[in-house]
Amino acid sequence: MSKVKSLADLKAMREKLQSTLDVREKAENPESIVQIKVAMATCGIAAGAKQVMEHMMAKAEELKIAAVFTQTGCMGYCHAEPTLEVRMPGKDPIVFGHVDNNKADEILTKYVMNGELVEGIIPVNYETIDK
Amino acid sequence: MAKYKMHVLICGGTGCKSSNSSDIVENFQKILAEKNLQDEVQVIKTGCFGFCEKGPIVKIMPDNTFYTQVKPEDVRNIVEEHIIKGRKVPGLLYVNPENKEHVSDSKHMGFYKKQLRIALRNCGFINPENIEEYIARDGYQALASVLEQNDPEATIELIKKSGLRGRGGAGFPTGMKWSLCRPNKADQKYMICNADEGDPGAFMDRSILEGDPHSIIEAMAIGGFCIDATKGLVYIRAEYPLAIHRLQVAIEQAREYGLLGKDIMGSGFDFDIELRYGAGAFVCGEETALIHSMEGKRGEPTFKPPFPAVEGYLGKPSNVNNVETLANIPVIINKGWEWFSSIGTEKSKGTKVFALAGQINNVGLIEVPMGTTLREVIYEIGGGIKGGKKFKAVQTGGPSGGCLTEKFLDTPIDYENLVAAGSMMGSGGMIVMDETSCMVSVAKFYLDFTVEESCGKCSPCRIGNKRLCEILDKITKGNGTMQDLDELKNLAKVIKDTALCGLGQTSPNPVLSTIDNFWDEYVAHVVDKKCPAGQCKALKQYVIDPEKCKGCTACARNCPVNAIHGTVKNPHEIDQSACIKCGTCYEKCKFNAISIK
Repeated sequence: MSKVKSLADLKAMREKLQSTLDVREKAENPESIVQIKVAMATCGIAAGAKQVMEHMMAKAEELKIAAVFTQTGCMGYCHAEPTLEVRMPGKDPIVFGHVDNNKADEILTKYVMNGELVEGIIPVNYETIDK
Repeated sequence: MAKYKMHVLICGGTGCKSSNSSDIVENFQKILAEKNLQDEVQVIKTGCFGFCEKGPIVKIMPDNTFYTQVKPEDVRNIVEEHIIKGRKVPGLLYVNPENKEHVSDSKHMGFYKKQLRIALRNCGFINPENIEEYIARDGYQALASVLEQNDPEATIELIKKSGLRGRGGAGFPTGMKWSLCRPNKADQKYMICNADEGDPGAFMDRSILEGDPHSIIEAMAIGGFCIDATKGLVYIRAEYPLAIHRLQVAIEQAREYGLLGKDIMGSGFDFDIELRYGAGAFVCGEETALIHSMEGKRGEPTFKPPFPAVEGYLGKPSNVNNVETLANIPVIINKGWEWFSSIGTEKSKGTKVFALAGQINNVGLIEVPMGTTLREVIYEIGGGIKGGKKFKAVQTGGPSGGCLTEKFLDTPIDYENLVAAGSMMGSGGMIVMDETSCMVSVAKFYLDFTVEESCGKCSPCRIGNKRLCEILDKITKGNGTMQDLDELKNLAKVIKDTALCGLGQTSPNPVLSTIDNFWDEYVAHVVDKKCPAGQCKALKQYVIDPEKCKGCTACARNCPVNAIHGTVKNPHEIDQSACIKCGTCYEKCKFNAISIK
């Protein structure tokens, strides 16, 4: 670690460090950004959900998309693992199935960035009891 | 370095630490390693979250889950259920006392809804022992821009325009204080931080130092640059070991990063900070006494002028600011004075941190915009009075303040309004009292405190307060007369007018304000020899109802002073002259035959 020699130094250091607090900063206002929930039960993990989540987090950062990634339990779509739910601010959540790395990129570039729907949507056919 | 998917924030403030939060941290690390999750989940020990009532607090990000009263043995459950399976652990979530529903995230808790955290912005959010987290939150940016701009007068002007006033109690404009010190030339000047927090029940300064020590270091360097001081001193009580430790770690890190020391960020400005430990005397919060104590002399105040800005530490021009005041400085510089002065009331800008204590549901540390009403603080943030009892008074301003009654509940809190209501802002202690509190005893409690803490230099404070305390004692023992009440009022006024320093001048305030607001209660003690709240032991009388007494002898057998007489199966009687009013008989009686009169 080097000494801070100027305002520019400090700014560069902040840019570099800011991402380490991302998870916390974003959690303060999750409603205003993209929330992505990855189903991470045994079946999801076996189908590669962990790798997909890691890949997607890196990709979102690369594309400068402010998103909160959380992992949840089994969503029940075991036939379509890995599955994930994307909730855009002010919109209903959409669940995608069979998400691999390529599909994850497509979801980010097409749906999240441009609002285009992509293949692989699982119709939501349940209601939750909270809210 | 792996990127963490989840952050576990664990409160490492003094309050939660004493409830084993360190073991919680250890367990998280151990169990996460066991599950091979140490690279995915980051465990962070933070400063105080403020919600001390329900500590220890564990917060899980990014889902913002707020777990309360977590025990070290709960950790396995949190890891296995929440972190691995994504299911929140209901038993540990905060329960909304109104509808008994679980509240999972802090945004929906009444306690946090009305708060605006500026001074506490990083408390409970960053790891206070890691300078990089502070830098990531815009830390040291304010110092860097002030140094780059290289116009101390403009910076002072900015602080002046922001309307920031001293948060230690008196509310002196901070920018003005700096501008008074700047023109005084000397070979050495000092920027001093007053961390001698002494009000009973107040712990905001400690929490800021424990939770965000770098904000104080940064602000001191800014202040030092503005007043032309190259040395900073923090006067902190030795009874704050955790705050001292975190401050030392932070100073060390700031030096390593070149943010303290010689030629800070290539600006040519030198500044370094040293700590000075106080022994915890209340009077040393007064700036002249504080300076004497730092010099190794007795902690006694001296008459002002000369003000410390002219002749302070070692006779050199010095500037003393309180911790909370300093915590506001970097934010004001980063966000601009317009932003800061848009918050608050006409004459009191920004926010104030309060330590809620007493008979209130949510004991803890809160920060609200100036102008918030007492009702909002006590009922909405504080969750109302414990046990559904009735509100009686709220004491603000510590031993120098006063008690405010129900009629002041809708008063917007700011420096002027509190003084007009007969109390003061003080450092922000807020002690809530319910109907079972005796106001004469409350006044006596504070007088006991000031008598103990008086440095003894001037006679109004040394002797006068002692006499006040004696009269109050006499009243609570049932020996007071109406003449005593007159004397109490007169003496209080004389002390107010003649004492040397702020401690003496304000010490009669609890007496005067309780007399003003609770005159009837004083009269009841004196004339009827009764304590309406049932608190004053000497005025209590335990009486056995002969109708209800079955003569079981339980009371007589348990009386520690053998003051109860009677024979088996016959009504008993209490010898009032021998009774010590311990209440044992009252507790032991199975027939509700004993009542308190």
